[in-house]
Amino acid sequence: MSDGLINAPVSLIFGGVAVVGMAVAMVGARRDLDDRTAPMAGLVAAFVFATQMLNFPILPGVSGHLLGGALAAILVGPWVGALCVGIVLAVQALVFADGGLTALGANITNMALIGVAAGFATALLLRPLATRGRAGLLAVCFIAAFVNTVVASAGFVLEFALGGDAAFSLGAVAGSVLGLHCLIGIGEGIITALTVGAVASARPDLVHLLRGTATPLELRDSPVTPKGSTA
Amino acid sequence: MTAGNRGLRLFFAGFAVVALVIAGALSYFADSDPDGLDTATLEGCEVVETDAGEELVGDCVARNAGDHHLSESPLADYAVGGDDRFTGVAGVLGVLATLVVAGGLFWLLRRRSPSSRE
Repeated sequence: MSDGLINAPVSLIFGGVAVVGMAVAMVGARRDLDDRTAPMAGLVAAFVFATQMLNFPILPGVSGHLLGGALAAILVGPWVGALCVGIVLAVQALVFADGGLTALGANITNMALIGVAAGFATALLLRPLATRGRAGLLAVCFIAAFVNTVVASAGFVLEFALGGDAAFSLGAVAGSVLGLHCLIGIGEGIITALTVGAVASARPDLVHLLRGTATPLELRDSPVTPKGSTA
Repeated sequence: MTAGNRGLRLFFAGFAVVALVIAGALSYFADSDPDGLDTATLEGCEVVETDAGEELVGDCVARNAGDHHLSESPLADYAVGGDDRFTGVAGVLGVLATLVVAGGLFWLLRRRSPSSRE
């Protein structure tokens, strides 16, 4: 969101929420980062930045783009995922003048904290389905991403209720924001399912949600075929 | 380097190429219509093109929105110096900047495995 939609005190409060949230995420992220997952996480952040540029049409004259919270959390875990989205939002606001500066805290709260939490909680809840097979994984990605988008947009509604221009009807704003983000959530779901599906085909060991279930790397890279057997 | 390591590097390289192609080339095909949040905050207004740029006529939430404090920055709005023929260049720079910042932070935060110690 741009600057000016939410008043200064509420912007400040959510700035504080964002700082605390990012700090907590940094502590939690340490557990999930190692020599293999750290570069993966950097690439996930870069991929989310790239994909956020791809606005897709949802209605005549209305577009939407990926938020990326569920995608990042499913691939690299919720703590690292929150940092990925937070860094993307900071780069967008500071380098590309996209998303306000005083609104950065609210934007991080919505997309990096609330969206990631909602998306990952959904994915975790449905994990048994995700580990059952490819169709299950894609379905879980779609649903988690949809929930991530709609709940993140509800974060905006909350901030608008607390610090928005009271001359406008909250119900009307909430209705269009949530309604449009249900449509955007479908696009988010498709992109998330495609991306996680592609990573899971190539390197299931790099999908955080599948940790502990993926075929060990050694089996993929050096298949042991007994001599004389017909494959 | 073990075979597994090489596979991992190949995967990472491929992932990076995908991100760069999306930001550098596919970004030209992005829908330029306002996104969901902008559409919701523009409800009640009409966007009118004037000599001074776009102006909002009517009554809508977005009239409270100010210009971005950094709207004069060289890469503002994913263009280069205001020229959106260079969206792909801006996108590639953004991908690289994100990769450096995020990758650098994650590399510093990572648990050092015994095998990674020299």
